[in-house]
Amino acid sequence: MVLWGSNARDTHPIFFHHVLKAVNSGARMFAVDPRRTSSAKWADRWLGIDVGTDIPLANAVAREIIHAGLANRAFIERATSGYAEFAEAVEPWTLEVAEQVTGVPAELIRELAHAYATAERAQLCWTLGITEHHNATDNVRALINLSLLTGHVGRYGSGLNPLRGQNNVQGGGDMGAIPNRMPGFQDILDADVRAKFEAVYGREIQPRHGKHLTQMLEAMDEGELTCAYIIGENPVQSEADAAHTVKRLSELDHLVVQDIFRTATAELADVVLPATAAWSESEGTVTNSERRVQRVRKALEPPEGARDDIEIICEIARRMGHESWTYASSEEIWDEVRSLAPIFAGMSYKRLEDLHGIQWPCFSEDTLEPPYLHGRLWAEDPADRGAPAPFAALEHRPPVDLLDDDYPLRLTTGRRLDSYNTGVQSGGFSSPLRKGEAVDLSPEDVARLGLNPGERVAVISRRGRVVAPVRVDQALRPGLAFMTMHFPDEVDTNQLTIEATDPISGTAEYKATAIRIERLNGEDAVATEAERPINTEAR
Amino acid sequence: MTQSVDLGLPTRLVDVTIDGETVRVPEGATVLDACEAAGLDIPTLCYGDTLTPKNACRVCVVEVEGSRTLVPSCSRQAAEGMVVHTDSERARHSRKLVLELLGSSVDLSTTPRADEWMADYGADPDRFGPRAEPVQAGARDVLHTGHHGEPDGATAATVEQPPKVDNDLYVRDYGKCILCYKCVDACGEQWQNSFAIGVAGRGFDATISTEFAAPLTDSACVYCGNCVEVCPTGALSFKTEFDLREAGEWDESRQTETTTICAFCGVGCNVSLHVQDNEIVKVTSPHDNPVTHGNLCIKGRFGLTHVQVARKERRGREPRED
Repeated sequence: MVLWGSNARDTHPIFFHHVLKAVNSGARMFAVDPRRTSSAKWADRWLGIDVGTDIPLANAVAREIIHAGLANRAFIERATSGYAEFAEAVEPWTLEVAEQVTGVPAELIRELAHAYATAERAQLCWTLGITEHHNATDNVRALINLSLLTGHVGRYGSGLNPLRGQNNVQGGGDMGAIPNRMPGFQDILDADVRAKFEAVYGREIQPRHGKHLTQMLEAMDEGELTCAYIIGENPVQSEADAAHTVKRLSELDHLVVQDIFRTATAELADVVLPATAAWSESEGTVTNSERRVQRVRKALEPPEGARDDIEIICEIARRMGHESWTYASSEEIWDEVRSLAPIFAGMSYKRLEDLHGIQWPCFSEDTLEPPYLHGRLWAEDPADRGAPAPFAALEHRPPVDLLDDDYPLRLTTGRRLDSYNTGVQSGGFSSPLRKGEAVDLSPEDVARLGLNPGERVAVISRRGRVVAPVRVDQALRPGLAFMTMHFPDEVDTNQLTIEATDPISGTAEYKATAIRIERLNGEDAVATEAERPINTEAR
Repeated sequence: MTQSVDLGLPTRLVDVTIDGETVRVPEGATVLDACEAAGLDIPTLCYGDTLTPKNACRVCVVEVEGSRTLVPSCSRQAAEGMVVHTDSERARHSRKLVLELLGSSVDLSTTPRADEWMADYGADPDRFGPRAEPVQAGARDVLHTGHHGEPDGATAATVEQPPKVDNDLYVRDYGKCILCYKCVDACGEQWQNSFAIGVAGRGFDATISTEFAAPLTDSACVYCGNCVEVCPTGALSFKTEFDLREAGEWDESRQTETTTICAFCGVGCNVSLHVQDNEIVKVTSPHDNPVTHGNLCIKGRFGLTHVQVARKERRGREPRED
């Protein structure tokens, strides 16, 4: 079990219950993380990697597996492509070179390589530590390389497991809320796919990709995108480089925000449409991280004036002249999805209820597929095996926000156990664990900078400056700082972060900001009671 | 290279005779499972469907032919040819005594079905005399093993004490604790692996305690509430439930229970919202759910109230500023 850039103990606690069950039954666990997190404390080995050096580490693991003769040659030959170029690309990454670049001792890299390659079954799990980088897609491909090299994919118990951060982020993609796919991940460039949807929708579908979020924000700069309709998202506080986002949204001709709260983004809107809470005040489905489609049900009557998202969207469509947009129930919409997207075809509401949800794909009402994907790669018949899975030859490209004498500390961001994103949802309960936002620093840096725990300091990046109290965190190594974006009204961490984005996924590099710490004078530096440091060890 | 996965052999079935009726259950099932298959209703307290049997309370004992002692049905495996009597004089007498001892020493007022069982078995918890006065807060936490005061003989000793209210999420009312260990197991290696609580002390002085009996806010507790989920007596309860009960407003007949999916991370935990007067008063999770097995984290258990902040404010119960 490898957790790479994931602190699941705090961010996916019930998934981590399943990990703990394996650990307590003897599974070996490796944690790759710049911080010695609460998850890493459960690992057999912690690989304390320098932020943004995941590709060198993965390449070194791959090289060691190859040189130790532990690569799964049969699988590579039958089911993959691009191995020769890949092997050449990892060749310079000896254990010693990798140790210098990543900060991880050579012996630990070797141990991870051998344990992963020789395990009967192995899971490679990751979260935003891999994907919130300017080269996010390359990072993911570096991990895919390892699974292809060892054949740890497409088998029961072996696989790649990206842990989704939000309750329906998978479902959004499932339903086609991505720039290049129709519901059920059907290619929008495929004329047959479009024809199928056009027949039901009664209108032509564009034969080209749309824009992802980052491209949309950029298109606002260029005046290409002049109107936005934002549903259930708070980009003013969640996007990197917050000041820039506010400017862009303020300059739109028209901004509509549909949300259950009057968020900071809604404050900028021309029209705010109050919606019901999708998980407790309306009916429907969501998809979790293991691709399990599950029912959400109405448990509460919504506040007066709030309307179901479906009702609002249909009402807008009808005002635009599409009289046919009427649905008796969420089930009717779901059945339309099932009729158009084969991977959901077998998931009737009744079956979702009876089986505690169903993992896609599910092609018919009397079958279930294996709980893992990519099993085809192991098929005997080349026709069943299909297209080979490609290796990627990857270069190391360090974080965009470089460290120098003016900005010598590496700030990375993440989530705490009791809080969630910009705090819109998690701010509503009184958590005994919550002690307010702070800048977490290593004991060494606190001593070196002559700071006192709890003292308020200025945290300064090339883009912004915030004030936060200092907290000492034993989990951090010298040179590394940690903050969250949970309390943007107190400490707006995204004033600091960089909008360097991955060209394919559009994800910004929240995980790697160059900062410096400056002391404040007089009363500004005095911490309030709420800001006193907590014992992170116990958490 | 592909390894096969051991999914276990197909399960054999065994025949068990329960109160004269033969039932067939899969090998490995417990006597309690067999009793349920036979349509019988055996009382249980320390048994938990998501936990390893602890055999602590003995309220589920039955008579098995050939066994010298009564056996706890929740943990004994059903075996081929086993003959079980659930309602024999000996089994009923034993259950009655267990209920009387618990009832005399523990506040069972929020234990589901306790009154019904007392009546069924003719249990008379008052026969040991009037109940002793509850002790002062914290008094039971500092008892030393083996150092007891002399019982006065006139009153029945109890574990009753003021509830521990040291945070805004859940309350520990150990005057209702029967020491079944379920909370300790859920917090420990069986699920949560936080090990925030354990059993301290011995015998009648034993208590469920954090390290050094510290308040929860100074303990290793992460407020997942997985202990609350398994507590059979209401010793552990949501602060909302505790407050509503104190105010005399807790009314399960006015509550609905709806299972939906947690609004936070991508794990997809099933949350059952217990709603009274359009307000979430308690959150549980289905024990047979493959994602949660009845477990949640602090956000799923207690953090879903963001949908009703406005309602709370209307009622003048503003959440504490943090």
